[in-house]
Amino acid sequence: MPDLTNATRPITLAIMAMGGQGGGVLSDWIVHLAESHGYLAQATSVPGVAQRTGATIYYLELFPEAEAERTGQAPVLALMPSPGDVDIVLAAEFMEAGRALERGLVTPDRTTVIASSHRVYGITEKSAMGDGILDPMPVREQLNQHALRFIEFDMEATARRQGSVISAVLFGALAGSQTLPFPRAAFEQAIRDGGIGVTASLRAFDDSYRQAQDTAPRTEPDASSHRPGETAPRPEAAELVALKDEVDSRFPEPAREVIHQGVLRLIDYQDAAYASEYLALLQQRLPLLQQQAGDHHLLRELARHLALWLSYEDTIRVADLKIRRDRVERVRSEVKAEPDQIVYTAEFMHPRVEEICDTLPAGLGRWVLRTGWVRRPLAKLTQRGRRISPQKLRGFLLLMSVASLRRWRRKTLRYREERERIDGWLSAVDRALAISPEVALEVIKAQGLVKGYGDTHRRGLASFDTLMQAFERQGDAPDAAARLRQLRDAALADEKGETLTQSVGEWQPEQPARSEDDPSRIAVKQL
Amino acid sequence: MAERTFVEEVKKLRLGEGETFQGEGILAVTKALLQSGVAYVGGYQGAPISHLMDVLADAQPILEELGVHFENNASEAAAAAMLAASVNYPLRGAVAWKSTVGTNVASDALANLASGGVTGGALIIVGEDYGDGSSIMQERTHAFAMKSQIWLLDPRPNLPSIVKAVEHGFALSEASNTPVMLELRIRACHVHGRFQAQANRSPDFTIDDALANPVRDTSRIVLPPASFQHEHEKVNARWPAAVDYIKAHGLNETFPGEHGEIGLILQGGLYNTVIRGLERLGLADTFGNTRIPLHVLNVTYPLVDDELEAFCADKRAVMMIEEGQPDYLEQALASILRRADIATRIHGKDVLPKAGEYNGQVMLKGLRDFLAAAEPDLLPASEAQPALDIQAPALPPRPPGFCTGCPERPIFTAMKLVERELGPRHVSCDIGCHLFSILPPFNIGNTTMGYGLGASAASAFHGSKGGRAISVMGDGGFWHNGLTNGVANAVYNGDDDVLLIVDNYYSAATGGQDLPSSRAENPLRHTNIPIEQAVKGVGVKWVRVVDHTYDVQRMKDTLTEALTTREKGPKVIIAQSECMLNKQRREKPKVRQALKEGKRTVRQRFGVDSDTCTGDHACIRISGCPSLSIRPNPDPLREHPVAQVDNTCVGCGLCGEAAHAAVLCPSFYRADVISHPNRWDRLLHRWRQGLIQRLQAWREKRLAQLPPSAHLTGEPHA
Repeated sequence: MPDLTNATRPITLAIMAMGGQGGGVLSDWIVHLAESHGYLAQATSVPGVAQRTGATIYYLELFPEAEAERTGQAPVLALMPSPGDVDIVLAAEFMEAGRALERGLVTPDRTTVIASSHRVYGITEKSAMGDGILDPMPVREQLNQHALRFIEFDMEATARRQGSVISAVLFGALAGSQTLPFPRAAFEQAIRDGGIGVTASLRAFDDSYRQAQDTAPRTEPDASSHRPGETAPRPEAAELVALKDEVDSRFPEPAREVIHQGVLRLIDYQDAAYASEYLALLQQRLPLLQQQAGDHHLLRELARHLALWLSYEDTIRVADLKIRRDRVERVRSEVKAEPDQIVYTAEFMHPRVEEICDTLPAGLGRWVLRTGWVRRPLAKLTQRGRRISPQKLRGFLLLMSVASLRRWRRKTLRYREERERIDGWLSAVDRALAISPEVALEVIKAQGLVKGYGDTHRRGLASFDTLMQAFERQGDAPDAAARLRQLRDAALADEKGETLTQSVGEWQPEQPARSEDDPSRIAVKQL
Repeated sequence: MAERTFVEEVKKLRLGEGETFQGEGILAVTKALLQSGVAYVGGYQGAPISHLMDVLADAQPILEELGVHFENNASEAAAAAMLAASVNYPLRGAVAWKSTVGTNVASDALANLASGGVTGGALIIVGEDYGDGSSIMQERTHAFAMKSQIWLLDPRPNLPSIVKAVEHGFALSEASNTPVMLELRIRACHVHGRFQAQANRSPDFTIDDALANPVRDTSRIVLPPASFQHEHEKVNARWPAAVDYIKAHGLNETFPGEHGEIGLILQGGLYNTVIRGLERLGLADTFGNTRIPLHVLNVTYPLVDDELEAFCADKRAVMMIEEGQPDYLEQALASILRRADIATRIHGKDVLPKAGEYNGQVMLKGLRDFLAAAEPDLLPASEAQPALDIQAPALPPRPPGFCTGCPERPIFTAMKLVERELGPRHVSCDIGCHLFSILPPFNIGNTTMGYGLGASAASAFHGSKGGRAISVMGDGGFWHNGLTNGVANAVYNGDDDVLLIVDNYYSAATGGQDLPSSRAENPLRHTNIPIEQAVKGVGVKWVRVVDHTYDVQRMKDTLTEALTTREKGPKVIIAQSECMLNKQRREKPKVRQALKEGKRTVRQRFGVDSDTCTGDHACIRISGCPSLSIRPNPDPLREHPVAQVDNTCVGCGLCGEAAHAAVLCPSFYRADVISHPNRWDRLLHRWRQGLIQRLQAWREKRLAQLPPSAHLTGEPHA
């Protein structure tokens, strides 16, 4: 009969990975490591479709061979992880560690969780029309609470730094965690015996080994963060200093940072005069806004959204951004070019007849738009997109000439239209302020729906109009703020605007929502 | 060329007497076939069977030495039909496929084979794709075994047991003149383990021997009156012979335990999970020594009545542990015990779920519930498992999707754009990577009815006055049976719908095996048979070939034309571009080599300008490429994350084409990174840089000098 009192149990490991993350390589290393150090190893996986970018689990059990020889029996090892039965969870992405948690594989009595803190966003997070990123904090809290031990650091950054892959980093962290009964050298030997990318893998292994032994999570500097307009306005410029003083003297402290950002952006976008105009627009509303006081949240939001709207994306702006001096360097770092490599870019641009008219003087632009015999051939000419290289002379000159239209921006059709919309919106903000700060906040935030180019921009404007109309009709209803917020969420729920139409219908059944499919150019709304 | 080469694995097939084989379960089966003197092997790829096919395809020299014929069958039906070679001749033959889908396709041939019976051992290896990670309908192969009377082996999931099952499978087949199925669950196929190898054996009787002396026996052919005779033979002669063999060779195993008043009867494949469950309840150890007796059915069909009666006779209660439904084994056990007048209480689906995989957690609970009902004293006083009843935080779903740079993605991008213009259509899908279109972000596709059946599944809509339906079919499905069932019959019936054939040069979803239309020169197979010719050959008049799927505009125009043309008859679009996974596998080492040698190479990849991206993610909604992701917005004034392309981008070009075709935004750029630039490159670059930098400096100076009020003259707004 079995002696169950001091039976040796296998070491169990679950690797949570996504297809293409090298979970198989990691599993092979662990098998090799165990088998060459007196352990029997069993590994299983369920590849198939999961291999194609889906989430997948590799499961391993290791059992001391000597124990098997002593009893003269082979161990019976399980083929899948079970809750309460997993010693080590290795997660190649942070939310995948959460998946182990969800499956009950993390238990406080035995589970060491080793996870990379980096995120690979899921398709629903990526394809959301706004911000669909899920919060990793609840996962982190639960792992801290429920795991026997929890080791996390940014393994993707480590892999990148060492020119290696995340499987090698996980292997290093596993060694560093000292949860397996094998010496460090044995791990490294397994990498060498694997024979692929040995040098880089060993480097990543070493880096990771050390990090796994540090308890404090290491924060990686975000190399990609870049502030637009950082270089363009020169800090010593006199106008800028004057504007900064103006911001500091006229606006309450909590709002100064964002207003200052807005000023920088608008100088970068147009000129200092445009920025002071921005300040004037804000200042006009200061008395109304200051009644709400508090942390000046409303003022900050208005400053933010007004700056964004005033710096709407037109062809002039796009051309301007594409030919900047710092852009080449940014692209080079983005594509990880070495100093001795040459990089050219091809910009995918598709200016249609609408965008061209937008850039024309208002009268001319309108005339072209409504004159079929001019418009149609022009539309035909612009049916296909263009590829333009700003690092080559022709492309640069073309873009530079478009960018130079900045001088005349205020005469363009687009500018006229946008200013009318902005004025309409600001007067709606004023009226909303008279109702309640909550409603005003929603009217301000509705601006966030207007973004993008072409059809995306048109759709955003239509949603914005729908919200504004709803506000005009029932902005003074007791639940208006909540309802408007609901409409804003609904506008970002689907591309076709079905959810928005439905939400409007629920709130204001007598007023059918504006059709999103309106093929005509969105008319300028005077609110 | 398959997804990878199997040189290392092929070496394992050469292991001799007494050497230790270490590797995957499905490879162990392959080795076991060679040890059993098999004369011919065939099958159709599909997880978890693909590796068996891939390794054999790479093992041609060994097979030739041994005199074993290997065939890449056109379908599972073709593979099953190949077993006809064992009807008249003492040839051992084996075929393999994914089940139950493959068994569904094969069942016509299987039924004929089983009716006439076999002379040589006929073994069917089925990879049972059931449970977690499965990509097919959840059914049991068991039903096929019962209906055609084919014996079903379900060995314990360790390599020695699996290897033994292969050897006994052939012998059992020969002893009872009945084909035998060896059922392996997906994890058992992929399990890494070891066994003591034996030397490979050339077949005693070869296919050459057979053809040199053809044998004909009308009593083996399924035609009356023989067909009536077969049914009697099955139950009166072959069944008893099989039962005798199973008993004589102890294929089923009984493990004793001190608590003899109860017992567990289980499918062999579930053995490890049962032992782990018992272990956690303190009723077994890691070596499988148990306190409760076990009867392990390594043969689940036919059941051996005597053995079951003997096991149950002295027990108050037994539990039948049988995965999947219906509960054939439990019903059979009830009937056996009832007839033998044994009153043992039967538990099974009352304590275990009626449907779904029996994973560790489910098994543990089932065992606990059985003990609670039958022998509560045996339950451990304290819970072995710390109960964690936590509300899991929100996690992103990760449905499988197209790989980075997949040539099929732009097809569905185009389809989505066409849908915006012409309205939604009924889309009939097939089996293959392209089926990922049904998932986010594309959400295209209404049904999938089986491999190569995409076009057939739309046939009810032929005469419709509504818009044309679209059906999708891969090259794999096309050659599997789509050409006849789908295309030829669409012509014959005067179908007016649109059929889109995805030609990515491989049977991609199953691991990149070659097909008749593959472009690779395969020394063993005849490839490069154009789908276009095949389609025209069966009478399609309207055929368009798009030989670069990444050209979204062209794809879109072609689809629009197919949907709107006045021409009658099926409209066939063949969308061709090579599977990126396979292309990269081939090209990457070449590029690496060129870089090492210092040769000029140009790498293309895409990027997104975070300055101009406004965070709407429309680009992602028509792509879903893994390398096209998002990151927090670097702009302090904006909230929504911006799109970004990471360095796994292979530069397929879809981002740019989609931005053009859908008029998305000007944020996408393609970067051409020139490594080891030549002299001319450097010269030109220096010259361009010099000029442009001067222009930039001039511009910056000029902008700085703009008087602040220069533009306010005409348009006072403030």
